[in-house]
Amino acid sequence: MKKTLRILAYPYVVWMVIFIVVPLFLILFYSFTKGDIHDIGSLEFSVESYKKVAEPLYLKVIGDSFLLAFISTAICLVLGYPVALIIANTDQKYRSLLMMLFLVPIWMNFLLRTYAWMSLLSPNGLINRFLTAIGLPRLEIMPGNAAVLLGMVYNFLPFMVLPIYTVLSKIDKQVLEASSDLGGNKVVTFTRVILPLSIPGVVSGITMVFLPAVSTFVISGLLGGGKTPLIGDMIEQQFLFARNWHFGSSLSIILMVMILISMAVMSRIDKNNQEEGGKAR
Amino acid sequence: MKKILVRTTVIALLIAAIMSLTGCSSGVVLNVFNWGEYMDETLIDEFEKQTGIRVNYKNYATNEELLAKLEAGGSSYDVIFPSDYAISELIKKDMLLPINYDNIPNYKYIDDRFKGLDFDPENKYSVPYFWGTIGILYNKDMVDDPVDSWDILWNEKYKGQILMKKDVRDTIGAALKKLGYSMNSTNDNELAEAKELLLAQVPLVNGYYGDEIRDLIANGDAAMGLTYSGDAMDLYWEGFENIGYGVPKEGTNVWYDCMVIPKTSKHKDEAERFINFMLDPDIAFKNSEAMGYSSPNLKVIERMRQEYPEVFELPAYWPDEEILEKSEVYLDLGDYKSKYNDILTEVLAR
Repeated sequence: MKKTLRILAYPYVVWMVIFIVVPLFLILFYSFTKGDIHDIGSLEFSVESYKKVAEPLYLKVIGDSFLLAFISTAICLVLGYPVALIIANTDQKYRSLLMMLFLVPIWMNFLLRTYAWMSLLSPNGLINRFLTAIGLPRLEIMPGNAAVLLGMVYNFLPFMVLPIYTVLSKIDKQVLEASSDLGGNKVVTFTRVILPLSIPGVVSGITMVFLPAVSTFVISGLLGGGKTPLIGDMIEQQFLFARNWHFGSSLSIILMVMILISMAVMSRIDKNNQEEGGKAR
Repeated sequence: MKKILVRTTVIALLIAAIMSLTGCSSGVVLNVFNWGEYMDETLIDEFEKQTGIRVNYKNYATNEELLAKLEAGGSSYDVIFPSDYAISELIKKDMLLPINYDNIPNYKYIDDRFKGLDFDPENKYSVPYFWGTIGILYNKDMVDDPVDSWDILWNEKYKGQILMKKDVRDTIGAALKKLGYSMNSTNDNELAEAKELLLAQVPLVNGYYGDEIRDLIANGDAAMGLTYSGDAMDLYWEGFENIGYGVPKEGTNVWYDCMVIPKTSKHKDEAERFINFMLDPDIAFKNSEAMGYSSPNLKVIERMRQEYPEVFELPAYWPDEEILEKSEVYLDLGDYKSKYNDILTEVLAR
């Protein structure tokens, strides 16, 4: 029985090796070489492309990407937690309906939604036409980082709400009753019971928003007018336009390393939290 | 909004194409890879009906994207539509098949002035499809100066109203031409000057976009933007009377998009049939009429002169002979193009 189950996993392992592990090694290989990519024999070892990543120009791009990703994750958390809490506290009958309403937008292609934001936010777009019509000042955020942030928060918010909601809805109601039986008011119950119990959801929410946010592209090009190129745009640029695979690969490796570090930090927080939770018990 | 509609239709058409592919098991499937919104797609149905050859039609957005996909390998496109400098790179890298003109009798309709151009002097590999210029698309309600020089893109008066192209050759080319240099310059000093000029322009620029420029100008989101003549013609045919197009008097880039057959093609005869079909006077006229771009086909030019004589007054359709003389075709820059790429990155990240 156990053996047959293991055999069932083989296709997945093969899939992983061919489409994830091998490409990763290829990226690593290209990042440390230079020369004509079509003549693998002619490639030489080189750290040239990493030196290029360290140029102030590209460091700024990397810094901008992390800053924007950080801000949009924070906004998603502040907006998403209450939403998850509200949905989790709604009557069972309406919960799935609310959740579905929240998820409907992500059934649509993300590019389409970003173009839709473009026609909403653009200087002469729908929102501005409406504001001018009722005599209010215009909203001049596109193109700019504010519009990019808006696009990111809009696109990634569901990834914050979902995991938090899942964790919150699984909290045993008896724990909450115990808290109030012991004299805890609503605030105390929230800060000392609900919030600590929901940290795993918050951590995975942050990871699920931060990862796509830091590697995003297109949003910055369309809503930011290309004026704040992010690391994702740079990688796209290197593979699709400049055709410098070596530089594109080292940018990707740097991005991956930085993401791994952020994930390690996050899981450390998660672990500490669980240990503390254990002590409190 | 229009863009979205177009995109959805394209997606719907693609799905329909894929479904029809699976429905039909016999016969050749021709992979045609073209710029987005660059062919009257009803003509594809007509070709399929006439010849029984299935067409798998896909789009790309820039020459660089096309080159990157071809270079990455694993593709099997049969007909592609690169521009001049991309063609010369493909020829240099030996990635094209020579065309057998016995299969393309309609080639006789191509105007002689579009034959034997620098990028393919003997026309061994390429058959002209459309041609045009790069210029400044502008909203007549928002611009009251004459749009006849690159200088207007650096005019403080239009601060925050100018769109530049997120395209290495076009944006840097505009700066080079404004300085009086060649758009194909490989002179470090000239490029350094162009870079300074573009950096100085950043505060005036509303954004750097690709195909979106046409819709943003048409919608009144910005006053002017760098774009292809075809975008101007497109808006002209749609009846946007407040949109104009100026070709700078200093000269600009003249481009020729051609049909070529990549070396990896497995259906050369069918590809040539497709090219011949696209040159047929009626088909080429329909295509030019629908897309708005200027055709190199004599029969089409003749019929356009009869049916739409007014478009020959438009610089977007028929640019001044004098300006054309000062204009340049992009040449392949070889390894120097990384320099161009770095400049654009620096300008964008500023």
